[in-house]
Amino acid sequence: MGRILAIALWFITVASLWMFLSHRWWFPEAISEHGPRVDSQFAITILVCGIAFAAAQIGLGWTVWKYRDSADKQRATYSHGNNRLEVVWTIVTAVVFISLAVMGQRVWASLHLHAAPANAYRIEVVAQQFDWNFHYPGKDNLLGRTKPEMIDDATNPVGLDEADPNAKDDAQVKTLVVPVNRPVELILGSKDVTHSFWVPQLRFKQDLVPGMAIHVHFTANKVGKYELACAELCGMNHFKMKSYMLVLPENEFNELTALPNDKGQFLTRKDQLLAKYPLPTY
Amino acid sequence: MAATVTNTDRVIDAAIGGGGPRSRGGNGFRKNGGGHHDGDDFRFSPARYRVGVWVAIASIVMLFTALSSAYVVRSASANDWTPLVLPKVLWLSSAFIVVSSITMEISRRSLKAQNNRGYRLWLTNTLMLGIGFVAAQLFAWRQLARQGVYMASNPHSSFFYLFTAAHGLHVLGGILALTYLLLRTRRKTDTVEGELKRVGAADAATVYWHFLDGLWICLFLLLFFWK
Amino acid sequence: MAEASHDVVHRHEPPKSFIRKYIFSLDHKVIGIQYILLALSAVIVGMIMSVLMRMNLSWPGTHWPIMGTLFPTGAPGGVMSAEFYLSLVTMHGTMMVFFVLTTAPQGGFGNYILPIQIGAEDMAFPFLNMMSFWVTFVGFIVLLLAIFAEGNATVGAWFTKLGASAWAGGSGTVGSIGGWTQYAPLSALGKVAGPGQGAGVTLWIISIAIFCVGSLLGALNFITTLLNMRTRGMSLMRMPLTCWAWFTTAVLALLSFPVLLAGGILLLLDRIAGTSFFIPGGEYVSGALIPNHAGGSPLLWQHLFWFFGHPEVYIAILPGMGATSHILSTFARKPIFGYRAMVFAIFAIGMLGFFVWGHHMFMSGMSPYSAVAFSILTLSIGVPSAIKTFNWIGTLWGAKIRFTTPMLFAIGFVSVFVAGGITGLVLGQTSLDFFFHDTYFVTAHFHLVMGVASIFGMFAATYFWFPKMFGRMMHEGMGKLHFWVTFVGVYAIFIPFHAMGMLGMPRRYSNFSEYEFLKNSHGLVLFVTVAAIVTVTIQLLFYFNFFWSMFKGKKASDNPWEATTLEWTTATPPPHDNFAGVVPTVYHGPYEFSVPGAPRDFIMQTEPEGVEVTAGLGETSGNGGNGHKH
Repeated sequence: MGRILAIALWFITVASLWMFLSHRWWFPEAISEHGPRVDSQFAITILVCGIAFAAAQIGLGWTVWKYRDSADKQRATYSHGNNRLEVVWTIVTAVVFISLAVMGQRVWASLHLHAAPANAYRIEVVAQQFDWNFHYPGKDNLLGRTKPEMIDDATNPVGLDEADPNAKDDAQVKTLVVPVNRPVELILGSKDVTHSFWVPQLRFKQDLVPGMAIHVHFTANKVGKYELACAELCGMNHFKMKSYMLVLPENEFNELTALPNDKGQFLTRKDQLLAKYPLPTY
Repeated sequence: MAATVTNTDRVIDAAIGGGGPRSRGGNGFRKNGGGHHDGDDFRFSPARYRVGVWVAIASIVMLFTALSSAYVVRSASANDWTPLVLPKVLWLSSAFIVVSSITMEISRRSLKAQNNRGYRLWLTNTLMLGIGFVAAQLFAWRQLARQGVYMASNPHSSFFYLFTAAHGLHVLGGILALTYLLLRTRRKTDTVEGELKRVGAADAATVYWHFLDGLWICLFLLLFFWK
Repeated sequence: MAEASHDVVHRHEPPKSFIRKYIFSLDHKVIGIQYILLALSAVIVGMIMSVLMRMNLSWPGTHWPIMGTLFPTGAPGGVMSAEFYLSLVTMHGTMMVFFVLTTAPQGGFGNYILPIQIGAEDMAFPFLNMMSFWVTFVGFIVLLLAIFAEGNATVGAWFTKLGASAWAGGSGTVGSIGGWTQYAPLSALGKVAGPGQGAGVTLWIISIAIFCVGSLLGALNFITTLLNMRTRGMSLMRMPLTCWAWFTTAVLALLSFPVLLAGGILLLLDRIAGTSFFIPGGEYVSGALIPNHAGGSPLLWQHLFWFFGHPEVYIAILPGMGATSHILSTFARKPIFGYRAMVFAIFAIGMLGFFVWGHHMFMSGMSPYSAVAFSILTLSIGVPSAIKTFNWIGTLWGAKIRFTTPMLFAIGFVSVFVAGGITGLVLGQTSLDFFFHDTYFVTAHFHLVMGVASIFGMFAATYFWFPKMFGRMMHEGMGKLHFWVTFVGVYAIFIPFHAMGMLGMPRRYSNFSEYEFLKNSHGLVLFVTVAAIVTVTIQLLFYFNFFWSMFKGKKASDNPWEATTLEWTTATPPPHDNFAGVVPTVYHGPYEFSVPGAPRDFIMQTEPEGVEVTAGLGETSGNGGNGHKH
């Protein structure tokens, strides 16, 4: 029994490690400035995990192989432990784990413990059951005021207050369009329940909480069209609360945001661009 | 029969947690733990009531800590906070519960001194004051309701009703315990174990009652004098 | 007074009537078995739900005629709807976390075994103990009611009469659809927020609040019993590690359940009394503004929930750790490696567990600075966990392992605990949560470490203590088959979950076909479903073995495993007062196996003529040995 168990443990270890090492199931390609740093931090962490996992499973397998009960009269070793080993082990794991923990804060700190750069392009995101709305400032680069009383799902989903002069040229779209290689600041809010902004390629996720305006920033660095999903259970159609993030070259982006919006020019052009760029192949 | 008397002495000592040579170390953390019992009656140690009531208090403290944290967070999370005007009758209820704590202590000491009459008398007084406290709290609710201030009126009133109700329920529990103790005084004590239980229960009820008093003072200060 | 005879005088007579003996029993052993039966019932519901979920994910849109008959609204034409799937998610989680992983390890085995292991005749407060079970039972019934209130139109209509918003029923789901975390404001808004948000949520909250009360009564009893009722010679450092685990669990429950209770009360008031603790102003839901609510904080609910929720995962796992330590030592025929370190580690895990709840909320919008602190504290918990793993393997080093079924499950526990726990290093890092938060990587992590590992601990405990409880052995052949299929099965289910997480697959999706980036996952999803169905099916064998052995199993002796602790010194099954009026005296630590020079390879805790064992052992620390020498 001991030998079979040991072989089973080792087989499971190999299979589990293969699943990661084969890279058959791996992250989609990163498209943000901080993305590769997330990936490398993961690589280091999963390496530590893999070594610890393999060591424990192989060690466990070894003991059950070697120390299975045989018919001899010999008794087991009588020992209550070894304090020196215990202390060494504790120190080693503490150093490794705490170092990982500290390293694991770097990307977080670079994004969340600093305000958005001054040249960041600001977009307001308003989530709702089961749709995404993006509010663009228009030519004046100033986001108009919004009020819940003004909301109309068909014509004014973010509740733009027309009385505000800054709101005149603002656009409301269902797709997130951002410039490449330029910081973007999102102001995240929700009309109803908690949602979560999730673009796998962007290596970025943030909940949108009703009653809060959460400011986050990132820089996308690869042109293309990417799927945007909701990652916080928000109700029955959570699974299809979908949109796209379109990362545009600077000239296309500037041309788009300079368009007036009185006859829906912004929307028309946005749809053309959305059709122009294909999704990545998976 | 002489044995019974000395037994009761020891019993009371143990129950009150007095540090006689035969005390049982109910906290269990001294050397060799509560495990090293000696003597004849060690299968029943009344210290369990004392331990039990402190453990229960720890969990009640967590309940009110959670609610108070919610209070602090909620009061800062939006500018819709309209403070209630302190209903005057709450001074009366606060006085009731503070005094009841004192009477409860007198009653406990009477029992310790084996003064059963005093015990019964002060227990009755405590019970009356406890009922008075609950009545005063209910009166405060009525006063507010008459002013049109309800649970959902504003966040402060929500918390006021919530805190007074949650504390009141715990007071009702205490009142039940006091009633039980009072009824127990009518019964002729029979076994050593029965007597042990009675004294242990009275001791635990006293701790609990003091706690309710202290808890109310904290809530009262939080509700009307914080910020 | 004749001291010698006095021990026997106190013997309590067992109750005679059926009701007092088996239903409203004050006996901790009966109550323990009641808890175990409750968990065995709840786990069936939870498992059926998980199979339905897997079926829906692997074969979306398939017609299952029987589903259409049972749930005409939730599965019209036999096709499970999205909201039906989400209610399965919610109720599966709630059933498993509360009514299985919290009841069986603590209320079940803890209740039965702890008083016997410390040499007590019962719990400190038998009446509270009985109440604790029956209150929990009522909570279970209310949760079942939530299933019918939403799933059955007739029952739903009864509830709708109680209130059109908070109590609306009959939406076709099988309960609420908020997940076991029930995030506000989705859970606070009532019917307007969609199907499953009426009576399903209200009853869910009431059920959990009742459950909190039951658990608190239990925790109070455990702590008092352990501190106050240990027998002669049973010092704290001579207690079996199981007792330390149950004690720590009780402390966690005592301090965390009140916080969930507070949160539950506030949430309930938001739903039925019109308060605004969690509902902010300006809510625009399903095409209309929500009047009369303003200023509430959704994050407040998350803080209250996770302050409870994180300790809760330790409430589930710690008793399994205790049982594993105990069983490993017994069948390794070796003292536990580093007894003191084990005690320290279990307490450290428990206490640190109170300061890491924020790692569930890195993406929630709370302060990013506090996230950093939570993250570092979280990875620190890995240290005591690593100590435990090290000591388990150390216990097996140089052993003479007897591969009984409980031992197999205990070894399986160690393996699964490492596999699940190690990914905590990934998920505890703020920067990596940008990707992994709310993906299947999380689902893999917590299922392995708190679900499967705890269950393995409980399987080990069942096979180990069954002979003591029922006087008969469980069938070894069936037990071993059960182990092998389950062990391979759980890895086949949950290791691929990590791969799904790597693809970025979000949790709680009823269908993955909407997204291109998930299209490569189909093979994985199907593989997991097959593995899940096989693994669930083999559990039927466990049920059969459990009930068959109760009547037909081989008769068990008083100490069939040649173990050392007090439960093996008394009759099988133990008499009403556990030790038949005799007060046991303890002379040894709990794990004195293979002591050189001793006549047998184990010394029971009550054996008076102890062999002097401390001399000449050089390197050994003497931890957990003859505790009275320290």
